[in-house]
Amino acid sequence: MKLMEYQGKDLFRRVGIPTPNGVYATSAAEVRDYIAAHPGSWVLKSQVMMGGRGKAGGIKFADDAATGETLARELIGKVLKSIQNPEGEEVRSLLVEEKVAIASEAYVSITIDRATKKPVVIVTSQGGMDVEEVAEAHPEAISKYWIDPAAGYSPFIGRQLAFAAKLPVGYRKAFPGLLGALYTLFMDYGANLVEINPLVLTKDGRVIASDAKVDLDDNGLYKHPDVADWNKKQPADADQAAAVAIGLGMSNYARFDDEPGAAPKNVGTIANGAGLGMGTMDAVKNAGGGAANFLDIGGGAQAELVKKSYELVTSDPRVTAMFINIFGGITRGDQVAKGIVEALAGGDVRKVPLVIRLTGTNADEGRKILADAGFVPVETMDEGAAKVVALANGAN
Amino acid sequence: MAIFLDKNSKVIVQGITGREGAFHTQRMLAYGTKIVGGVTPGKGGTTIESGQPVFDTVKDAVDATGATHSIIFVPPFAGADALWEAHDAGIQLAVCITEGIPAHDMLRVVATTPGMRIVGGNCPGLISPGKSLVGIMPGHVFKEGNVGMISRSGTLTYEIVDGLTRAGLGQSTCVGIGGDPIIGTTFVDCLRAFAGDPETHAIVVSGEIGGSDEEDAAAFIKDHLPDKPVVAFIGGRSAPKGKRLGHAGAIISGNTGTPESKVKAFTEGGVPVADRPSQIPALLAERMKPIPV
Repeated sequence: MKLMEYQGKDLFRRVGIPTPNGVYATSAAEVRDYIAAHPGSWVLKSQVMMGGRGKAGGIKFADDAATGETLARELIGKVLKSIQNPEGEEVRSLLVEEKVAIASEAYVSITIDRATKKPVVIVTSQGGMDVEEVAEAHPEAISKYWIDPAAGYSPFIGRQLAFAAKLPVGYRKAFPGLLGALYTLFMDYGANLVEINPLVLTKDGRVIASDAKVDLDDNGLYKHPDVADWNKKQPADADQAAAVAIGLGMSNYARFDDEPGAAPKNVGTIANGAGLGMGTMDAVKNAGGGAANFLDIGGGAQAELVKKSYELVTSDPRVTAMFINIFGGITRGDQVAKGIVEALAGGDVRKVPLVIRLTGTNADEGRKILADAGFVPVETMDEGAAKVVALANGAN
Repeated sequence: MAIFLDKNSKVIVQGITGREGAFHTQRMLAYGTKIVGGVTPGKGGTTIESGQPVFDTVKDAVDATGATHSIIFVPPFAGADALWEAHDAGIQLAVCITEGIPAHDMLRVVATTPGMRIVGGNCPGLISPGKSLVGIMPGHVFKEGNVGMISRSGTLTYEIVDGLTRAGLGQSTCVGIGGDPIIGTTFVDCLRAFAGDPETHAIVVSGEIGGSDEEDAAAFIKDHLPDKPVVAFIGGRSAPKGKRLGHAGAIISGNTGTPESKVKAFTEGGVPVADRPSQIPALLAERMKPIPV
């Protein structure tokens, strides 16, 4: 689960990472009242998930309550668009923060390094920039440390990194403690990523997290039910929501956007298992077509789930033919066949030309059910892919 | 020979009386696996229908049966605890079927269980055809032989193995290493074991998008496996960036985990990458030396 900035900063404060003074607001009146009560210079930051909100006009400055109210009125309800997010995202809330006098900006993040199976800390004094750009242009400016999860964090790691990354002197005293707090957050809340960019050294000598990017492992959310609840407020991915609604895992269904120059994404795919699901969409591409989606019914799916999966995939209007590819292990062929026949028997589903491949556990029973309903399964994945692509493109 | 297990490996099932544990215990027994008992806290002293004893703790089970292998069927929140308990009791190899153990739990487990091999989580397990099955694979697809197989996906394993078996290429051991981001045993760990196994004459590596385990495997093959032919497959080559496809580990984020990088690494290491699973048997057969009769 990716968190918005204000939520990430909530976690920062819980572990003791300093953040700018300010308030979270969902209306222009709240912004006006807050600034009126706290005179000074304030930044209005749109709370959205997308990157590049500054360039998209999502960040404004206000020195008085009236300006704050006017700008907040403009921002809330506005749809911000960026290159990464051409469809745009609506601003529903703002973070109002003190405008600090910046002496220096740094970057710090912790992620999981899958290869070494350790958390890796990345620090650079080139804050405010995309770390991937820094890595490319100035690889020597990036310092890394792999923390042994058995030993945990110790302040020497922070000192070592601060010197190696040549952080300005003003950071040195605060950095080891701040990194320790960030590591605590990373481990306790099960984060895939925590990133502070920029980590600001103010002219009055404070080190504060000006931004917060936090991505939590969904599998660990049960440990913090209050944070898991935030999920309900987030603009959920429509595909993930649809998958969960029919009883699949969040990542068991994904639709693919059409790409210029590629075949139209008009073949619906259903398979059992993530690997076979990916293999199936690859097979469609190899046959000259385009998979509209990935759908993994998981292991041991019963007829009802197969039926709902069929309905979900065909609810995408782009789908003009469907490929169901099953290699039964735990999943039983007769259950899958039953689900397919039931899905189509209802009469209220959108019927599209259907290609079925069914092998493995209880395949014979399944093929009999299909044969009785008038379906002739293909023998192999390649054969099925070739057939479904032809059907999707209008052949009979 | 085989890697990681043989027909005499003594196996216990953690979670033997649960729905999944009970079901797969019977399937493994039917395959011939030496299941010597199981663990369900509170049910110690009883036996399951087929006669295997149930213990309260892994330590009791190991003390009483001399088990060296364990297969784990517990919910995700209990996954790390089950692995630590297995390690504490002296288990040498634990297969973790559980999907969705928090990645941070796995980080700490991996760092604190020296000496114990962990396969998974989120894996179908391992099988040495004709000898032993410690997992949830459909045994009938597999055939005894000399091809080693390593895969991040269960169903794709069946798809590929089915093709191998039909082409007359039996398997020495098939290891499903799992689709979660942090797993205990990597491709390289398996390749190292296969390199030392005289009965494994060739190897299939079935990878997918996400992570860099395939790139590491390619480098290892180049440096340490000059004598055994290897063929690779990468699932998800048509996947767009940023979409997680079923496996938590199968996602292209930024510039890491791309299929191009994986295919390039294998190709440069002299390992052909099949465009589709059906090409694997032929690619393998033309590289395997004829076996003297």
